[in-house]
Amino acid sequence: MSAEIELRAVTHAYRTDSGPLPVLSHLDVKMPPGSFTAFVGPSGCGKSTLTKLIAGLMRPDEGQVWLGGQMVKSPRSTVGMAFQNPVLLEWRSILSNVLLPLEIVPNKLTKADRVARARELLALVGLADFEDKRPSELSGGMRQRASLCRALVHRPQVLILDEPFGALDAFTREDLWQTMHRLREEENFTAVLITHDLRESVFLADEIVVMSARPARVQYRMESHLPKDRDLDVLYTPQAVEMLATLRHQIQIAQGRTAA
Amino acid sequence: MTVLRKILVPLAAIVIFLLLWEWLVWAKGWPDYKMASPSDLWPAFWKYRWLFLENGWQTLWRTVAGLLLAVIVGTGIGMVMGFSRIAREGLYPLLVGFNAIPKATVVPIMALIFVGEHDFNTIMIAFMISFFPIAVSVSIGLSTLEPEYRDILRSLGASQLTVFWKIALPKTLPEFFGALKVAVTLAFIGTNLMEIVSPHGRGLGALFDSGKISADYPLMFAVLIALAFLGIVLYYIVVALEKVFAGWAERAPG
Repeated sequence: MSAEIELRAVTHAYRTDSGPLPVLSHLDVKMPPGSFTAFVGPSGCGKSTLTKLIAGLMRPDEGQVWLGGQMVKSPRSTVGMAFQNPVLLEWRSILSNVLLPLEIVPNKLTKADRVARARELLALVGLADFEDKRPSELSGGMRQRASLCRALVHRPQVLILDEPFGALDAFTREDLWQTMHRLREEENFTAVLITHDLRESVFLADEIVVMSARPARVQYRMESHLPKDRDLDVLYTPQAVEMLATLRHQIQIAQGRTAA
Repeated sequence: MTVLRKILVPLAAIVIFLLLWEWLVWAKGWPDYKMASPSDLWPAFWKYRWLFLENGWQTLWRTVAGLLLAVIVGTGIGMVMGFSRIAREGLYPLLVGFNAIPKATVVPIMALIFVGEHDFNTIMIAFMISFFPIAVSVSIGLSTLEPEYRDILRSLGASQLTVFWKIALPKTLPEFFGALKVAVTLAFIGTNLMEIVSPHGRGLGALFDSGKISADYPLMFAVLIALAFLGIVLYYIVVALEKVFAGWAERAPG
């Protein structure tokens, strides 16, 4: 089951030695169940803070985060996370890495069911033949695929992606975008993607939120009308090119390089 | 080929070392009271074989006991310092200062406080000299754990203890074994320090001391070689343990 994510007037500041550093300011965003929302914005505008708030790893100074009709007060097992760094455990095989969340999250699955579930995901991302390998034996793209499987193995309602493709080369990244589409078809989750890559946001998301410079507010929202079933060619259609141009313009405004 | 490299090459190095030593003593014409040669050692070993076995065992078990204590206390201190920044900042100067004190000066103090408790004193010195690298490596291993590792588990609602068992502990093992290799040899130094400085008739250090008193130089050298041998044995036991528990950290060659 995917869940609705709602940010209600979320305001947050970091306490530093030179006083509070406001990062998020009155953020109001509603993401319907099963949607895929991308957040883009200038560097250091608090995008990663946003993921921590949604995951319940931090609580906002003001405002609330709601997941599936419940206010988030602490971490919950209905969330899956993937970061730019795949953070796989080097002493475990790929299969055992993917199984990790099922060792934490309470569930009634038998050992065989767990393994079957992990194998199903690994096959979906093209890692079926690598389940017994160690993470160090895999390429960066493959490790990130495994990290996505780990984020999804416990069937989370919400998938949080904090620049998971940011450190990959361009071709590998495009491969993973397509993998992401495949996962979305098969699995049921509401996705939040933090990214610096506008093409990535256009290719993956239903809605793109441009955040302003720190303290970040919602500066601009764009709904995608691209067909649900996309391949990479869609990025070269006039519609997508126009979306990219608008987003780039909005980012420049956010960076303070262009007047609104 | 691997057998050749792993066993024959180190053996050849030892043989070459012994030959060079023998040659040096012979070429310089040194008498055995100035510098014993390897060929003087075998008679010394044979003559005192039972003393070597008995005292070697004394030294070995007390070293291992001190080392185990160092592992337990060092890991404990390392965990406290790794998880709490306040503990880290508070304890570091104390630990560094304690570690800087030459343990030879602690020996008479220990001997005075715990008069007659030879085994206890020896184990304590072995422990004191060897826990520091373990504490430091465990604390660094834990405090440098990337926050994402913690977030992956904590976002699922895992407790701090689960994060420690599933991630922090195994991830620190390579650093821990690196420190343990240093600690093994340090613990030997500690044991022998106590045995030599405060002789109580037990251990290889005491045997060394009796060699000194009776001007039996080959015996003294034989003790040193016996200590080196025990050191090598313990070191490779640690290496074997490392292979079992932290073998994953070793990259495949090439």
